[in-house]
Amino acid sequence: MVNRSRVGSLGRIALYILLVAYGLTIVYPLFIMLCNSVKTGQEIFANPFSLPSSFAWDNYSYVWSVASFNAYLKNSVFVTVVSVFLVLVVSSSAAFALARYRFTGNTFLYLFFLSGLMLPIRLGIIPLFVLMKNLNLLDTYASLILTYTASAIPFAVFILTGFFKALPKELEYAARIDGCNEYRIYYQIMLPLVRPALATVAIFNFVQTWNDFFIPLVFISSDHLKTVPLGMTNFFGQYQTDWNYLFAGLTLATLPTLIMYLFMSKQFIKGLTAGAVKG
Amino acid sequence: MNLKAKQKRPVQTHIVVFIIPALIIYTVFVVYPFLVSFRLSLYDWKGLGPMIYVGLGNFVKLFTKEPFNQQFFNALKHNIIFFVVTMVVQNLVGLVLAIILSRRIKGSAVFQAVYFLPVTLSLVVVGYLWTLMLNPMWGTVNLILRAVGLGSLARPWLGDPHTALLAIIFVNAWQWIGFPLLVFLASIQGIPDEFFEAARIDGASEWHVARYITVPLILPSITMVTIMTFIGTMNAFDIVYTMEGILGSPFFSTDVLGTFFYRTAFGTVWGTPGNLGFGSAVAVVMFLMVLIVSYTWLRITRKHEVQY
Repeated sequence: MVNRSRVGSLGRIALYILLVAYGLTIVYPLFIMLCNSVKTGQEIFANPFSLPSSFAWDNYSYVWSVASFNAYLKNSVFVTVVSVFLVLVVSSSAAFALARYRFTGNTFLYLFFLSGLMLPIRLGIIPLFVLMKNLNLLDTYASLILTYTASAIPFAVFILTGFFKALPKELEYAARIDGCNEYRIYYQIMLPLVRPALATVAIFNFVQTWNDFFIPLVFISSDHLKTVPLGMTNFFGQYQTDWNYLFAGLTLATLPTLIMYLFMSKQFIKGLTAGAVKG
Repeated sequence: MNLKAKQKRPVQTHIVVFIIPALIIYTVFVVYPFLVSFRLSLYDWKGLGPMIYVGLGNFVKLFTKEPFNQQFFNALKHNIIFFVVTMVVQNLVGLVLAIILSRRIKGSAVFQAVYFLPVTLSLVVVGYLWTLMLNPMWGTVNLILRAVGLGSLARPWLGDPHTALLAIIFVNAWQWIGFPLLVFLASIQGIPDEFFEAARIDGASEWHVARYITVPLILPSITMVTIMTFIGTMNAFDIVYTMEGILGSPFFSTDVLGTFFYRTAFGTVWGTPGNLGFGSAVAVVMFLMVLIVSYTWLRITRKHEVQY
C-alpha cells in the first residue's frame, strides 16, 4: 500500500490551518452581516465585533414593509418560479423531440439551439429593449420572464437532450405497443426518468434568474415591480447611513438562497457546475 | 432510391408541437435581437426620432473620437487587468485548494460546500456587503487592521483610485473561487490513482506531481475555466455598478466595458443621453473580441491536450 500523500503530520496540520483560514474568509463576512442585522444602528458602530446584545427585530419589520422588501421578494419569487417552470416545459419537450426522433433538420435545429450558449444576452439587450417597447412589455413581469426563459433554453436543451439520448429505445417501443401516443410517452414515460437532469436545469436557472440584476435594470422602472437585486440598489441609495437597515436588507436578500443551499448544497454544486464538469 | 426514401422523413405533427414553443421563444428573444444589434450598430439612433444610417461611423467614432476612445481604451485596460488578476487570485488559488482537497482530507465535503457558498449569492448582495466591509471608517477590514496594529495599512479601499479596481477584483474572486475549485477538483478526481502512485514510487516531489501529472491531465478543465473567466470578466458589470456606480468611480478608475456600454446605450440620469446605435456598436466590438480571443485560445491549447 502506497501512502497517497507524502506530506508529514506537521504539513498536514499546516494544510488544515490554511483550509480553515480560507473557510473563515468566506464565512466571517456573512456572520458579520447576520450579527449586525439585529443590532441597533448605534451598537453596530460602538461594538462592531461583538455579538448582538439584544435583538432589534425592528430592522427587519422596517425593511420588510417601509423599504418595500415584501414587494421585491414577491416579484423575485414570481418571476423566478414562472421562468424556471417555462424553461423546463418548453426545453424538455424540445429536447425530447431532438433526442428521440429522426427527422429532417434535426441536427441543424440542435446546433441552432446550442449556438445560443455562445451568444451573450447583453449583446442583444438594445434590440431586446426596443422589441419589448414595441410589444408594450417594458416595465412588466412578462419582459423579464420572456427574456429569462429564452436565454435559458440553450443550456437546458443541451443538458436535457444528452439525458434523453441515454434512455433505452425499448421503453418507447414497449409503450407504443401498449397504445401510448407520443405525448404520453414524453410526459408519463420519459420525463420522470430525466428528473435528475430537470433538477440540474432548475437549480442552474433558479440561481441565474434570482440573482440577475442587469435585465430588470434595463426593463423595469416602477418600484413596485422591482426584483430583489434591483430593489437593493434603491434601498442602498436611500439608507446609506442606516447600517442596521442595510444589513437587515442584505440578510433578507440572502436568506432564501442560503437556506436552500444549506439543505441541498450537493445539488447546487452539481447544478451550477453542470456543463463545466463531465459526467 | 430506397435509401433516399428512408432518409427523407416528413416532419410529423407531434414533433412540431414539441419543438415549436422553445423554437419561437428562443428565436424571437435571443437570436433575433442578436442579429439586429449588428444592423443597429450601423445607425445613429437616440431611441426616438429618425434612424440615420452612418455605415461604420459608430466604430470610427469609438476608436478615434474623444472622449469615447479614451473611455473605451481605459475600460478595456481595466477589463484586461480584471482578467489577469482574476486568473491568479481566483483560478490559481482555486487550483491549489483543489489539489489540497483532492488528498484524503477529513471534512473535504464541508470545505467544498463552504467555498462554493458565495457562488450562489447575487453579485449585488456581495458587492454591497463588501462595500460595507471596506468602508474607510467603520468597515470591518479597516477595523481589523487597526485592531491588530496595522492601522497604517487602513485606507479608503474603494475611494482610492490606486486600490479601487483591485478591491473589486478581490471581492469578485471571493465570490467565484468555488467554481474553478470544484471544476478542477472533479477533474483531478477523474485521473486514475495509478498515475499518482507511480510518480510517488519514483520519488517525485509534490511540486513535480502537480506540474507534470495533475496540470497536464486537467488541461481541458483549465482551458475551459480560462475561457469562462475571460468571458465573465469581459462582461463584468453588476459588481462595478454596485460598488462604484455607473461611472466607474473614483475618476473612471474602475470603469469597465460593461459600464461604458451601459452609459453609451442608455445614458445616465445626470443628462448624458443614450444612443442605441452607438451602444450597439460597442456591444458588437465586445462580442467580436470575446469570440476571437476564445477561439484562438481554444485552437492553441487543443494541441497541448493529453489523452489518457
